[in-house]
Amino acid sequence: MNTTLRIMRYELRDVLRSRSLIAYGAFFLAVTEVLLRFSGGAQAALSLMNVVLLLIPLVSIVYGTMYLYHTREFTEMLLAQPVRRTHLFIGQFLGLALPLSAVFLAGFCAPFIMHANEGAPIATLAVIAACGVVLTLTFTAIAALLVARIDDRVRGIGAAIAVWLGLTVVYDGLVMTALAVFADFPLEPAALAAMLANPIDLARVLVLLRLDVSALMGYTGAVFEQFFGSSWGVVLASLTLVMWTGGPLLLGARRFQRKDF
Amino acid sequence: MIRIRGLDKRFGGTHVLHEIDLDIVPGRVTAIVGPNGAGKTTLMKTILGLTRVGGGQVFVDGERVGDDPAYRARIGYMPQIARFPENLTGVELIAMLRDLRGDATEPDEDLIARFQLADQLGKPLRVMSGGTRQKVNAVLAFLFRPELLVLDEPTSGLDPVASATLKDKIVDVRKSGRTVIVTSHVLSDLDAIADDIIFLNEGRVGFAGSVHNLKIATRQLSLERAIAQVMVAGVQGAVA
Repeated sequence: MNTTLRIMRYELRDVLRSRSLIAYGAFFLAVTEVLLRFSGGAQAALSLMNVVLLLIPLVSIVYGTMYLYHTREFTEMLLAQPVRRTHLFIGQFLGLALPLSAVFLAGFCAPFIMHANEGAPIATLAVIAACGVVLTLTFTAIAALLVARIDDRVRGIGAAIAVWLGLTVVYDGLVMTALAVFADFPLEPAALAAMLANPIDLARVLVLLRLDVSALMGYTGAVFEQFFGSSWGVVLASLTLVMWTGGPLLLGARRFQRKDF
Repeated sequence: MIRIRGLDKRFGGTHVLHEIDLDIVPGRVTAIVGPNGAGKTTLMKTILGLTRVGGGQVFVDGERVGDDPAYRARIGYMPQIARFPENLTGVELIAMLRDLRGDATEPDEDLIARFQLADQLGKPLRVMSGGTRQKVNAVLAFLFRPELLVLDEPTSGLDPVASATLKDKIVDVRKSGRTVIVTSHVLSDLDAIADDIIFLNEGRVGFAGSVHNLKIATRQLSLERAIAQVMVAGVQGAVA
């Protein structure tokens, strides 16, 4: 464990100093500030949610794969030290995921703390911030898995973008089509399952329920509200989100353990 | 020091090492040579545990190379390509490796002085030239006074002065009784420093023994010509 923390500490320092990460934080600062100042209230929260749900998975998975491919030779060098592979793998994951989360939180939270007295929807924004952090962890874990499995960096980054596109655009399209085609059948269980299977959708529903606009999601919205309102729903949703980070991490660590460098 | 028995390795369909048996003697400089794709780097990386042992066994100081990484505390590795975290400084990089190794011995900063690197180490690695990074790479390999040094093409990317400095350092380390394994394409570089030669060709050991014996057997004065002769003879052997 000590090794993990040591690796994390130095990688974190390296990542925090990179210009793209600073730009990432500045972007959230600007977007949050502008939205809170000029549109305000639930409207701003909804727009922020969309930015967070689209951008965080993309940046986490693409920056994550690019960083890990870029430091491949250094990874080899670290593996030639008296270091266990799994410790190195987890250390590298944390060294990426923590600064990404921290920079997002700093950029995102600063404006809404400043606007706290002006009636900004603090509770909803807090849910969005939490979802942002969870998505950062999830997509950094997927990035680590992809880099452990795919040796060719062009293919790896391609796969990262494909995963992002798949979970943001393609998945929704498929679910919508399925719902339309099978509209005559009772779809609530299937729709719930489909949503749980996608971390981005799950995060979106958690925020929308907070916003009390579940009516926007059509008649299944009511089902979701009923489901997530119950303590079972909360437990299941949280468990699923944990699995979405733990699963890729576990698979990645197993591959990393056996890999030839 | 290093005992290799029946080491066999495949990457997908390519058979990289064919049941190799080797002994690398302590206190000497062993050079691994051979054409591209002969398996030199794979052999080195297997000793380091970077490449997993396929078939057979590898022992370092009697410990079998497997899941326990402790034996690597006695190894200093200089990889062929020096790429480090861009935004760390040289000083931080050294601190990082020391932390990871939990090393309490007085570091060997001799090469920092000989390369005149002290001023450069405060800068981030991003702004260092390729040659400077390769010097840092060399410094890191020797820094913790390892019993075994594994150097993969150490002189590539170094200017002639730095290359000579590094070779002097290798000679010094050997004098202090430590073991060095080195690969290089520049055979004339190895002539002055290598005691033993392992010649690999297509994943098989073509020759393993002292440089002296190789030169006698091939009746050549330089290592370069001796190896050239082994390579040609090897090809003829394959035809016959």
